[in-house]
Amino acid sequence: MTINQLSIFIENRSGTLVKVLDILKQSGIQIIASTIADTAEYGIYRLICSEPSRAYQELKDAGVAVALSDVFALELDNEPGKAADAVRIISDADISITYMYTFLWGGKGILIFRTDQTEKAHDVILQHHLSFIDENDLAGGGEN
Amino acid sequence: MTYSPYFNPELETMTRQQIEALQLERLQKTVRHCLKNEFYQKKFKEMGITPDDIKTLADVRKLPFTTKADLRETYPFGMSCVPLRDCVRLHSSSGTTGNPTVILHTQKDLDEWANQVARNLWMVGLRPDDVFQNSSGYGMFTGGLGFQYGAERLGMLTVPAAAGNSLRQIKFIRDFGTTAIHAVPSYVTRLYEVMQEQGVDPRRDTKLKVLAIGAEPHSEEQRQRIQDMMGVKAYNSFGMSEMCGPGVGFECPEQNGLHFWEDYYIVEIVDPETLEPMPDGEIGELVLTTLCRQAMPLLRYRTRDLTRVLGRSCPCGRNHIRLDRMRGRSDDMMVLRGVNIFPIQIEKILMQFPQLGNNYLITLTTDDNNDNMTVEVELAEGTDDYKALQELEKEIRRRLKDEILLTPIVRLVSRGTLPVSEGKAVRVVDKRKVYQ
Repeated sequence: MTINQLSIFIENRSGTLVKVLDILKQSGIQIIASTIADTAEYGIYRLICSEPSRAYQELKDAGVAVALSDVFALELDNEPGKAADAVRIISDADISITYMYTFLWGGKGILIFRTDQTEKAHDVILQHHLSFIDENDLAGGGEN
Repeated sequence: MTYSPYFNPELETMTRQQIEALQLERLQKTVRHCLKNEFYQKKFKEMGITPDDIKTLADVRKLPFTTKADLRETYPFGMSCVPLRDCVRLHSSSGTTGNPTVILHTQKDLDEWANQVARNLWMVGLRPDDVFQNSSGYGMFTGGLGFQYGAERLGMLTVPAAAGNSLRQIKFIRDFGTTAIHAVPSYVTRLYEVMQEQGVDPRRDTKLKVLAIGAEPHSEEQRQRIQDMMGVKAYNSFGMSEMCGPGVGFECPEQNGLHFWEDYYIVEIVDPETLEPMPDGEIGELVLTTLCRQAMPLLRYRTRDLTRVLGRSCPCGRNHIRLDRMRGRSDDMMVLRGVNIFPIQIEKILMQFPQLGNNYLITLTTDDNNDNMTVEVELAEGTDDYKALQELEKEIRRRLKDEILLTPIVRLVSRGTLPVSEGKAVRVVDKRKVYQ
């Protein structure tokens, strides 16, 4: 029900983002989705990619401060209002979302979110028959 | 009442010949006195010298150097040349690396110390009618008691206001009619800021006429700014606890270098690498030999402060050597807001955090008249938790404050972004105005 996400410490200094992207390029890692928020001094660059374990090791070996974490990935029909419906269910269950982002993948909308209440989120997703993807789906390259 | 312009007229106005004759006599006496102590006995034996080898003043170069490390290794009383029962005061360094250094004083040492401070304050125009407010830290820090006893020796009403509590300081200045203040330069600036907030104009609302500033490196520009703010002259003071404390050197009204009192010290400027003497005008390490100390005389003490000789005469009538303001250090000690800090102290704390890498950079800057320290350190372990990063910064700040007594700005950086110089990590960058 969860997928691997890379969280990379990015200092707000020119060149740091390029350095990370170059490592991924040289390792032949494909980025599926990524997001970074702007902050004064530094930010966390979060990304979903092919072969996250290998990507993690390549970055770590190059001295990049990187963490591998599990995030929920809901699969939504690509129609208006679907994100609202899904987030309402999570919200009604009193689960607080640390951060969230969405992207299109294989004709479907993917909603990534992180919460500290993993077990509760797990139960809610099953109870409400929410569609989700996992690491195996991603490895398939979006041909579902 | 008319006063002499000199506190010790004969000693202050000696000719160079008289100064050097007195120095040789006192040096010979000091060397014999040092040999009452095991540390010096051993040093002399190793170097194969005896007191009889000191025939001219230049022979001071035959003597062994002493260092802060010697003081640490002989901690606490190993460099004393008198029995402990003859000592009446002990001061200890603020340093927190290894053993502190201990400096002992006999009653005569304290009297001579007070005389030097009184001589300085008299030199810049203070007289018994003046009111002296010492806004300097007391306790082990020699700027407190040193100025207290010196100002009292001169005969001034002396207020041991100590550092901090600016509102109360300003009230004292106004209520007691304070005419002179001693403080570290950054505190004078702070005091002025609070005066402004309170609508107090130092020119209009106070009787101030003299400031004594020291114990913290500062530039000529910073002095000018302080003078412009407060509307009075600010005189540079040099001291170090190893010699006694403040009093060793002080500017005269010419404000063209600090007179170092050569009846009390032999001044040498040496190349910090070769230890050979530097020609006048060229920057080197200040080396001082005490000539009047009983409890702990120090031979050729390496101060690690960098300065140069400006001259040996002065329109003020004093021929005691004039040295430039301190230009930096020959070791890696930093002086920030009067606190002595070694990079190793910072490193020790940073290395306690497993999340951090091995590289760090300490940058000292002057912002809005305040000296600040920024510590940049590499983050080694990633996290998905933004709050954890902020907590980490906060915890580093807190632990550094416990160690160095100042709160630095802490910044996490990516690996590989800190500068390296010829393959060697750069640890300290001093951008403060004083060193530019």
